[in-house]
Amino acid sequence: MATRLASTDVVVIGLGAAGGVAVLPLTQAGLDVVGLEAGNVLTRRDFAPDEIRNNVRDWPMAIQKANQEVPTARPNAQSPTMRLSGHPMMNGVGGTSLHYWAQSWRLNPWDFKVVSETARRYGSARIPAGSTVEDWPFGYEELEPFYDKVEWEVGVSGQAGNVNGQKDPRGNIFEAPRRREYPMPPLRWTGWIEKMAEAARGLGWHPFPGPAAINSRSFQNRSGCMYHGFCNRGGCHADAKNSTAVTTIPRAEATGRLKIVSRATVTSIDVDRQGRVESVTYVMDGQEYVQPAKAVLLASYTYENVRLLLLSKSRAYPNGLSNNHGQVGRHYLSHHQGAGVTALFPYDLKAWYGLPAQGVGIDNFADDNFDHAGLDFIGGGNLWVYSDRRPIGAANMNTFNRVPGWGAAWKAWIKENADRSNSAYIQKSTLPYETNYLDLDPTVKDPLGFPVIRITAEYKENERRIAAYTQDKMEAWYRAAGAIDIVRAPVGGTMVPTTHAYGGTRMGDNPETNVVDRFGFSHEVPNLGVLGASVMGTSGARNPTLTSQALSWRTAEHLARNWKAVTA
Amino acid sequence: MSETPRVISRRDLLRTASAVGAAAVAGGGEAAAQAPAAAATPAAAAAAAARPREAYETLTAREADMLEAIVARLIPSDANGPGAIEARAAHYIDRSLAGALHAEIDAYRAGFAAFDRYCRMSRGKPFVELPPGDQDSVLIDVESGAATGTGAGFAGSSAAFFTMVKQHTWQGMFGDPYYGGNADFVGWDLLGYPGVRTMVTAADQQRLERNQLPPNHRSAYDFDGFNKATARGGHDHDHGPGPMPDDPTDDLAQVHPYEQGELTHGD
Repeated sequence: MATRLASTDVVVIGLGAAGGVAVLPLTQAGLDVVGLEAGNVLTRRDFAPDEIRNNVRDWPMAIQKANQEVPTARPNAQSPTMRLSGHPMMNGVGGTSLHYWAQSWRLNPWDFKVVSETARRYGSARIPAGSTVEDWPFGYEELEPFYDKVEWEVGVSGQAGNVNGQKDPRGNIFEAPRRREYPMPPLRWTGWIEKMAEAARGLGWHPFPGPAAINSRSFQNRSGCMYHGFCNRGGCHADAKNSTAVTTIPRAEATGRLKIVSRATVTSIDVDRQGRVESVTYVMDGQEYVQPAKAVLLASYTYENVRLLLLSKSRAYPNGLSNNHGQVGRHYLSHHQGAGVTALFPYDLKAWYGLPAQGVGIDNFADDNFDHAGLDFIGGGNLWVYSDRRPIGAANMNTFNRVPGWGAAWKAWIKENADRSNSAYIQKSTLPYETNYLDLDPTVKDPLGFPVIRITAEYKENERRIAAYTQDKMEAWYRAAGAIDIVRAPVGGTMVPTTHAYGGTRMGDNPETNVVDRFGFSHEVPNLGVLGASVMGTSGARNPTLTSQALSWRTAEHLARNWKAVTA
Repeated sequence: MSETPRVISRRDLLRTASAVGAAAVAGGGEAAAQAPAAAATPAAAAAAAARPREAYETLTAREADMLEAIVARLIPSDANGPGAIEARAAHYIDRSLAGALHAEIDAYRAGFAAFDRYCRMSRGKPFVELPPGDQDSVLIDVESGAATGTGAGFAGSSAAFFTMVKQHTWQGMFGDPYYGGNADFVGWDLLGYPGVRTMVTAADQQRLERNQLPPNHRSAYDFDGFNKATARGGHDHDHGPGPMPDDPTDDLAQVHPYEQGELTHGD
């Protein structure tokens, strides 16, 4: 028997990077908020510098709700479905922002206007066949104030490259104008990162330090980064990583208006006869609860957002909540982050300490920062090289076909080369396609008996061409810094579950092709908002979190300012 | 390495299950007839002579002998320094099989039985009695999958067994000593890893770049304040979520392993 709880103003489903930001403007506006989080509360004591636990055994991602509902995947509807183990995201107050890399980019203006800018510069025939890409309902300028807000509220370190149109060659000269500098200077570089930057300059490129939601010095009474080398899939033992668990969530709690309910697994969003959301049902410790609310913000991550909508069927929404236009799950894409390049150097890189966000970026070949007239694709990739190495990972390094994988010869080789390789992170702009989508798996279910998400998606020719093109550039960069051997990964196939999953509840003005409106509220269910990268229709060539957080702040602020209209 | 979603092949699961069955039939009689073999490789023999044999928690004496002999060839002790025996990698595996790697215990039991059968059938002797060169050639067969097949010894994939043992040996050689391996930090010293620190200042980084930063021989849990209970959480990558529902389309052995091993970046 479900327990019906006292009503509240807003329920936020999921207190991760997106929901954890939204609770601050909501509570500051005087609204009472219940935050439902599937995971537990973790603190700095839980974040030991332990490679076996963090990177081998996947703690704290393991033993989580998400791990019991890992999406299945297949490249297309004609192929068999793969089952995979290990969800890339975690549950917990703060969500994956507890242990993410914290690269906190603004998108390039082109990412908001792919259709119109491609048509203007190259002709609309250059939009890849089968792509369902649309311009966003607004441009970069609309989001700029919210980027600024989140950079200062959460805390982002970096080097500006364009303040109000004034370019600064120390930063990314391709970035869009920002109203002011970052609140903190960028993370420091190692000697080898300096060397890579110098090599890039020698090629005529524009190297710059990347932005990170990590303190480069003391900020908001929390420590600066310790550079200890366990940031990658590890939470911060010094609270220098600006997860929502140490930034916006505690400030929202301090208003006295945020109630956090952890270990709560939401099973449905419920509607009244008029088709308006009236409550959220969740299970905690085996007991079912119904939490009534005047508005609901769904912030559980792309796969879970889509899943919860599709599972929430009612008379008003027989195919799932907000899905009377059949758009939930469509326009799915995951960032093409594969197709990496790995290099071997004839000298030690001294990369044992550092973090993935501490590095040097190249944007010369990202988005539309270069002329595509003679090329056979649109978009591009950001090249990122960083300092991050741990011993088990180092021992598993590529041996470049120079020695066997074990035995005395391997041992002699690893002794010399353990600190001499580097793998680049190349994020490529990725488009949505008609044949790439999410739906409910027909056979695989979670322990509660609910189907998991099935991913049907693969990287298409446009993205594979970007991959090959950026691999060429990356190899040239490594060679310029003295690399003696290079290995390239395949240019891409099936889209498996990932931390950069977009779409499924896309934002746009047209309800025939989009689930939410320009403010992030459902076209069909007026008091339901959706937060996270599931509303994004393009990926850009950089990590999604800051954009997701800026959109979340904007949606929450819209709700607070239009409270009566939205909840009427 | 570790950030890649793992494809679980239903066929692999079935193979594991049948390998267990084969071990129960084939291994039982041999185990009863076979006296525990002494360590035959020079390194293992020297190591055994140097100290009394420590008790194993999970593995039988015969399995432990085999595992020690295997890890001694994977990372041998030689002029480049101590190897997996000195790191106590086999003890790391033994202890983990009672905890985080518990789901692998059947794969180990079946794998050891199949490994032993393969050695006897193809080389006429148990692994521990073979000279190092022959031991290496057996391991190459197992690694390549050539030892696969009921006639050859492994009902399941011999390569899968090799990969599992190698991965865990690497963890026992290069992982935090808290878990029972990497004794005396021999794995970290081999790599030149300067050790776990909770803070690395700019001056520390500069000393590292001038080769003047001495290695810090400490476990993560030698530092105050970290919650040790979380180190017992989680599960190993090799451990899948269990059998899958019947689905004629899920025989993944035929599916191209699209990007396995490629998506090394997680965020």
